[in-house]
Amino acid sequence: MTAESVWAALAEIPDPEIPTISLVDLGVVRDVAVEDDRVRVEFTPTFLGCPALEVMRDQMAESIRALGGEPDVQVILDDSWSTDRITPAGREKLRRSGFAPPAPREAAPPQLVQLQTAAFKCPYCGSTETRLENIFGPTPCRSIRYCAGCRQPFEQFKTI
Amino acid sequence: MSERAQQLLEIADDELLLGWRNSEWTGIAPFLEEDVAFSSIAQNEIGHARALYELAGRDLGKTADELAFDRAPEEYRSAALVEPRFVPDWARTIARHYLYETADQIRIEALKASDDAEVAGLAAKIDREEVYHRMHAEMWLERLVGEPRVREALVELWPKALGVLGDDLRPLLRERLAALDLPEVEPVERGKHSGELAELWEKMTVVRRSVPGATW
Repeated sequence: MTAESVWAALAEIPDPEIPTISLVDLGVVRDVAVEDDRVRVEFTPTFLGCPALEVMRDQMAESIRALGGEPDVQVILDDSWSTDRITPAGREKLRRSGFAPPAPREAAPPQLVQLQTAAFKCPYCGSTETRLENIFGPTPCRSIRYCAGCRQPFEQFKTI
Repeated sequence: MSERAQQLLEIADDELLLGWRNSEWTGIAPFLEEDVAFSSIAQNEIGHARALYELAGRDLGKTADELAFDRAPEEYRSAALVEPRFVPDWARTIARHYLYETADQIRIEALKASDDAEVAGLAAKIDREEVYHRMHAEMWLERLVGEPRVREALVELWPKALGVLGDDLRPLLRERLAALDLPEVEPVERGKHSGELAELWEKMTVVRRSVPGATW
């Protein structure tokens, strides 16, 4: 068992709420260290109230046990996760499943007026004629927008 | 108890209780978007509470659940602002939401600048989410600030809002809310609980008290 084989196994674990994207695509695995049988994983949570976090932690532990390792999944409570950690492959998978990937983070925090502009692209038809319906959505990580091009509401990942 | 654990518990208690109060709108908010918004905000606040309790718990040798649910009501360090139940009063709900988010921003900014890397790191993480709460609160205040009921609620809750912050940060809150022209008042200090906390505590801890040590 090597760090590489652990990374590969973690890359097979689907996100519990958006199974088209893996935990590695999501960027929540910050580090993997293997010492004999012991595997230490640094797990950096997405949204702190996300109910998927415990499932993710358990699934990582289970997958390490399947490799014959003794898991030590450390939850890192610092500021190391942002939506910019979602990999390019992960963003493309999100878009293909109808979730608009998060806009890149800028130096200043996002503002309501920015969200109210039409700059966000519809994941279905690619139109930028979209509007904000609700800052909040079905889970903490998403907002609701509406596309005037294809007349379809869609879920937009929040930038954090 | 260390000053750090004390401070973390204060914020965690605020976030837990306000999260609970916000969740009371789930299913009965004035319209669907607000059902979704207040439910989501509640979920975030309770998530923040859990992370803050975890960090405090490392110092105190306790789990987040033990800190959240195994203390007696009088041991909570929450601010008076977060305790009352406001359903079905939307005016007071929006007034509290705006006052709390404004005070909380000041507190988080101070923590982000802390020398304690763990505290500063967690504060920065929480702040990424709070940005959206503030947008929501500001949007609603802008819409309703001219309504007499909202004005009344702002004046009523103002002493409790000042009590969210320590002495050192209160001038900043007065400054940021200067445009609202709120009266000069004595703050309601943290830890002075109303009967509403005891009532909330009964509900909040009922499962844990009925089956101590249960896991699921």
